Amino acid sequence: MPLLNMVEAINLALRQEMCRDERVMLLGEDIGVNGGVFRVTEGLQAEFGVDRVVDTPLTETGIMGASIGLAMGGMIPIPEIQFEGFLGPAFDQLTNQAARCRSRTRGGQTCPITIRVPFGGGIHAPELHSESPEAIYAHTPGLKVVIPSHPYDAKGLLASAIRDPDPVLFFEPKRVYRSLKEKVPEESYTIPIGSAKVLAEGTDVTVITWGAMVFQCLEAIDQLPERMSVELIDLRTISPVDVETIAESVKKTGRAIVVHEAHKTGGFGAEISALIQEHCFLSLEAPVQRVTGFDTAVPYYKLEMQYLPDATRIVASIMDCMAY
Amino acid sequence: MPIKTVYQAQIESIQILDEDGKLDAELAQNTLSVDDVVGLYELMFISREFDEASFKLQRSGRMGTFPQNRGQEAVSLGAAQALRRGIDYIVPYYREHPAMFLHGLPMHQVLSYWMGDERANAIPPKLSMSPMSVSIGAQTLHAVGIAWAFKLRKVDRAVLCFFGDGATSTGDFHAAMNFATVFHVPCVFCCVNNQWAISVPRSKQTAATTLAQKALAYNMPTVQVDGNDVFGVYKAHRDALDRALKGGGPSFIEAITYRLGDHTTADDARRYRDAEGYAAAQARDPLIRTRIYLESVGRWDESKQATLDARAKVIVHEVSEAALNAEPPATDDLFRYTFAEMPEMLLKQMQTHRTDSIGQDPEQIGLKAAPHSAESSEVHHAAT
Repeated sequence: MPLLNMVEAINLALRQEMCRDERVMLLGEDIGVNGGVFRVTEGLQAEFGVDRVVDTPLTETGIMGASIGLAMGGMIPIPEIQFEGFLGPAFDQLTNQAARCRSRTRGGQTCPITIRVPFGGGIHAPELHSESPEAIYAHTPGLKVVIPSHPYDAKGLLASAIRDPDPVLFFEPKRVYRSLKEKVPEESYTIPIGSAKVLAEGTDVTVITWGAMVFQCLEAIDQLPERMSVELIDLRTISPVDVETIAESVKKTGRAIVVHEAHKTGGFGAEISALIQEHCFLSLEAPVQRVTGFDTAVPYYKLEMQYLPDATRIVASIMDCMAY
Repeated sequence: MPIKTVYQAQIESIQILDEDGKLDAELAQNTLSVDDVVGLYELMFISREFDEASFKLQRSGRMGTFPQNRGQEAVSLGAAQALRRGIDYIVPYYREHPAMFLHGLPMHQVLSYWMGDERANAIPPKLSMSPMSVSIGAQTLHAVGIAWAFKLRKVDRAVLCFFGDGATSTGDFHAAMNFATVFHVPCVFCCVNNQWAISVPRSKQTAATTLAQKALAYNMPTVQVDGNDVFGVYKAHRDALDRALKGGGPSFIEAITYRLGDHTTADDARRYRDAEGYAAAQARDPLIRTRIYLESVGRWDESKQATLDARAKVIVHEVSEAALNAEPPATDDLFRYTFAEMPEMLLKQMQTHRTDSIGQDPEQIGLKAAPHSAESSEVHHAAT
């Protein structure tokens, strides 16, 4: 089994889905000749041609809106928005058009598009290249929001997203793109959207996270006193969210901490916190804690690491939560 | 040679049937037959009757907000007539229901839509059109995408997209025009310049002399046409469709007309519309000149008009009754079309008609689960 990083795993998934179904096509800025600014689509235009791997003009609303039309016309488009900070210009097409396509046509028209978006901070990128806007889209009915943390998950989840009959926003944590390799089966496989993964089993406290923060949480767990038993949940999908896995864990541990890069207020951690108190009220030993980005703009990179939750903040929160 | 001209352009304006109902026979060749025009005139008239009836339904409290098409019938129908029904695809905005009628959309669906019934957006599968767009300009990109898909799939179909003068100010419109020529897709852009975007006049929408010239920046063939001239509108669209189907790419048509009604029933155009311009526009009403033309060729008279009048009233009455008497949608209809497969949390909302967690799962506080909201809230209140 080959060792692949996330870039390679996603590239392989795209290639396999394009081979599997000739309606699948890619479009976006710089994804063709250049293979994408992160090289995720490297080699695909050479293999599948300019009609199926399309360099588009520079307009995110154009990419999103044309993808909706392509889907209505019988294609399965995979638009790439180059950075999450540029989703703004495509917001109307994504939330008011793509997400409502099935519902406003009573199922007559559907929008099976997978929007790939490099996402999150930690790579010293310029302004508006390090955001975490996932909660906005989890708040949008009709959209699914998938955020893999590992190459293996990325490959299987992307295949599921592409085969999904509804629009899926697929956030790729760019900090993880090349940070690790793991065994990824060469053959095609799928991982169901909406199922979380328990990365570490434990009995004292549940840590719930997604995307690149998974690795900060793993680092934090390593720094804890050995007697402490932490259960770590990687949500992998935030919409629909896997309440069952969360509730089962928190009923067992009685304590929960949500970790995410996005701002605290109105972040998806708030939703998880609410779900936990709805489902685990009598099991809770401490208030649900949120370790998140601050309620500030995402800073330029000289202060980026101060903005992003790190192992130190996560350890402190776990210790406080345990002491409560 | 320090300075040279690198680009020059001109824009043509077409009129075949003038304000007095006089036809330019030469230009009219290979356009509409007299039989075609009789059919189009009848549907123009029925649409006008539908418009009036809709207005009354709203005013009498039996329907929500409604946007009248009055005055724009020749654009809507002349353009749609150029398409092959069930093959070429119409992407309309909310004021182009005559085009949708011509292509077979049951008229009562438009009323049901404005009566707040989303089921009306289910387009019968044999028809080739999307539901009307409410977002201004967003649909232009969908039209381009659909046309692009037709091209990629090598199917012999083209797309007609309707939008108004206001839409030409949106980013989506420009992105769509740009994509259309870059990817050379079989899409016809019909800009219905009815002079008003709610209260903002065409003169304030853009400083451009014509809307047609917007296409020049994208190297798209473009033309202006008298939108109240059903022959001219048809010809402009027929030429554009032919070009699209022969692989010649997209085209732009600015059809100049006038919105004789208010923006919607929630609007009062008297607040901003000048009386003189309005009176002049009424004189250019497309129904008047089309009828004069048909009379001039001996195909229309008072008695035919009386028959059509009666027929239109019956049709519109039946359509209104169908919309008014439709069974109300079931509450579960709210949930069913959000996703192909309902996620667990949404399923629970549908099953209980509750979002509060105890209401969704009363057993956790020792109450019996109830299937629907009314019942479960009674149980809940009885317990507290």
